[in-house]
Amino acid sequence: MPQEKDIILKHPKDPEALLDVIRDVQARDGRVSDDAVGRIAAHLKLSEADVRGAVTFYHFFSLAPRGASTVYLNDSITSRMKGRTAVARAFEEETGCRFGEVSADGKIGLFPTSCIGMSDQEPSAIVDGVVFTALNPEKARAIVRGLRAGTPAQDQVVAFGDGLNQSELVRAMVANNIRKRGPVLFGAHEPGAAVRKAAAMTPEQVIDEIKRSGLLGRGGAGFPTGLKWEFCRREKAPQRFVVCNADEGEPGTFKDRVILTELPRLLFEGMIVAGYAIGAKTGVLYLRSEYAYLRPHLESVLADLRKDKLLGRKIAGSGSFDFDIVIKSGAGAYICGEESALLESAEGRRGEPRDRPPFPVQKGYKDQPTTVNNVETLATAARILVEGAAWFKALGTAQSAGTKLLSVSGDCSRPGVYEIEYGLTVASLLEMAGGTGAKAVQVGGPSGSCIAPAGFGRKIDFSDLATGGSIIVFGPDRDIFEIVANFMDFFVEESCGWCVPCRAGNVLLRKKFDKVARGLGTEGDLRDLETWGKLVKATSRCGLGQTSPNPILTTLKSFPDLYEARIRKGEEFVPDFDLAAAVQAGCTAANRQPECKESLHD
Amino acid sequence: MTEIRFTIDGRACTAKPGQTIVDAAKANGVYIPVLCNYEGLKPAGSCRICTVRVAGRYMAACTQPVTEGMAVENTAPDLEDMRRSLIEMLFVEGNHLCPSCEKSGNCELQGLAYRYRMLSPRFPYLWPVRTVDATVPLLMLDRNRCVQCLRCVRGVTARDGRKIFASVERGARVTIEVDKKLAARLSEEEARRAMDICPVGAILRKEKGFALPIGKRKFDHAPIGSDIEKGIGR
Repeated sequence: MPQEKDIILKHPKDPEALLDVIRDVQARDGRVSDDAVGRIAAHLKLSEADVRGAVTFYHFFSLAPRGASTVYLNDSITSRMKGRTAVARAFEEETGCRFGEVSADGKIGLFPTSCIGMSDQEPSAIVDGVVFTALNPEKARAIVRGLRAGTPAQDQVVAFGDGLNQSELVRAMVANNIRKRGPVLFGAHEPGAAVRKAAAMTPEQVIDEIKRSGLLGRGGAGFPTGLKWEFCRREKAPQRFVVCNADEGEPGTFKDRVILTELPRLLFEGMIVAGYAIGAKTGVLYLRSEYAYLRPHLESVLADLRKDKLLGRKIAGSGSFDFDIVIKSGAGAYICGEESALLESAEGRRGEPRDRPPFPVQKGYKDQPTTVNNVETLATAARILVEGAAWFKALGTAQSAGTKLLSVSGDCSRPGVYEIEYGLTVASLLEMAGGTGAKAVQVGGPSGSCIAPAGFGRKIDFSDLATGGSIIVFGPDRDIFEIVANFMDFFVEESCGWCVPCRAGNVLLRKKFDKVARGLGTEGDLRDLETWGKLVKATSRCGLGQTSPNPILTTLKSFPDLYEARIRKGEEFVPDFDLAAAVQAGCTAANRQPECKESLHD
Repeated sequence: MTEIRFTIDGRACTAKPGQTIVDAAKANGVYIPVLCNYEGLKPAGSCRICTVRVAGRYMAACTQPVTEGMAVENTAPDLEDMRRSLIEMLFVEGNHLCPSCEKSGNCELQGLAYRYRMLSPRFPYLWPVRTVDATVPLLMLDRNRCVQCLRCVRGVTARDGRKIFASVERGARVTIEVDKKLAARLSEEEARRAMDICPVGAILRKEKGFALPIGKRKFDHAPIGSDIEKGIGR
């Protein structure tokens, strides 16, 4: 097949192109066949095992067929809260196959997927790269019928969302849901102002301005941005890189989606400013695969910036500052939001985190000093440069300067993004979002904390509730155990599997939690959950395992009564294995009662 | 060369600049248990058994370089229990049947379990269904016994640098795959090395086995790590 050759051979013979090659093959064939694995390996001078390693690491790649069309239905908790179960059933009935399978005619594959960044408009799905939001069973059936009738997914999107979602290059049904515009990100910004201002300063002055502003990283970790840039600039190396982390994968977060849609110029200005500050010539935007629908839009903004001499050679009349930005795509892996895993992925490998030291500012992208910053951090940095450190510092609190963009979803009447000043209480946020009466609020997504009403007076800032911005509201009727189970399933699915505590520990925690949730737990089991959770946190290699037990640990703390009520108090040992249930089917067939019931569980 | 001074459990030690805690400890006659670490290979920090505590923070001693004045906690009871937990996790996440394993007595996982006096794991067995790949001429890969230490991934490569072993899948499904084309070209010596590099019995030389009698195996007479500790008081 000469065509097959083209799709692989058109890529450079560089292992860094691996994910791009696989993406093309997957898009065309709905899988990566053994034959394709061999050809890719030969073209890039990799071993076939290596190629298989990359294909099987990423959720949107597959060795087995995924169907001529593929439906990825979001499996996050907000999706479930908004009716995912019925939608999933409709998909299954209409296709005649189950999730995880491909329909008998090979036309449609159904697969679950982790949060796709649409928590404010669930249930949502990605069908052949096209995002469908606010699904219901009827819409699900219509999509399948449409695909069967030969109508491409994109042509099935009839009504577009607001703002630039309607633009010719996006054409998405996604809604922005911008509920509160703050002064930093949504303040009036003169295009190019940040770059021109930077170009008139020395790089050291730019770094100093960011340092004085007190800007802390917006991705969740809260590292001082100016300091990161300074560390990076100080490293002696042939080249340096700016990498923008646009891989927001924490369930419940979608604020970067809105920035990428509505404020890409501001974000790119931030990258250019960072590049100027650290002495880089290249910036890389690592875009999560779920947001691939924004890529043509982002590419066109980059083209505009080149036309405006804000990218390219001798930017903004600086005389010597050359800088350009390339976009790299992920392929479905939460772990790639971890900065060193992101770098591995950007270099075309499995997204497995690196050991630190060396830190990315020392050895990052292509082993060169690299500053990896969140989308929101870079956009904010651009605004700080224009408005000044003092202006920024006057916003928020003493330790947490500025504003934060929050993604609010779940049981609230106004889900969407809110640019708030740091120091806002959870209660005030709930009032804004129409979520009063909540039973619990998940601050920072599954890796953050689950807060009970007693904690609603707590503040969203770096000294109390630090968060990347995912806020999920749970109404009075929600089952905390179902939520925790969903979050733990997420971590089990998204662990990269490199280190023991995260790979095995999360599975063991999930099983132990399930035992408790099924009413088979003892006081000892609750102690185990606590001890094992701390073990996984303490010994895991990266941020994923260091936070993955949080759904269990923070609900144990916030809702001790719920756990107490679920366990068998005073009983020393209750087996996990329910013998009566296990033999039920056999007993029913033999028309008799399980005899073991008494002795084991009652 | 300037020497770095640091302590392990209060004992004064010295290290060379850039030396990892594990290597420096070894040079000072202190054993920090390791499984994924292997001399000459870039550390992977995958098993986490070498976890130590410095100023209240946990870190893998195999990847962390020593810094001046560092006070390393190595044998605190809670730390040792964490290590034992990790060893137990490895036993329940795979299918380890020591009595019939060719590596018994030479197995580092088994050695660690003995050293940590593991009787039965605190975790429930997961009994995963794993496959054996015996399609390669000189070797067989038994994934039941694999601990995903990545020593083979790091240490066994073709002459042109391509990886013969690689990780596939992710999370709990992660497993090692052998590249059949490249592995077919392994020499007798390279195959032997692949088996030796594996700390457990996951990579075995085909058609030969159980050559060492009981009593002559690596850990038959003294627990794993004893060789390092003999240096104490030197």
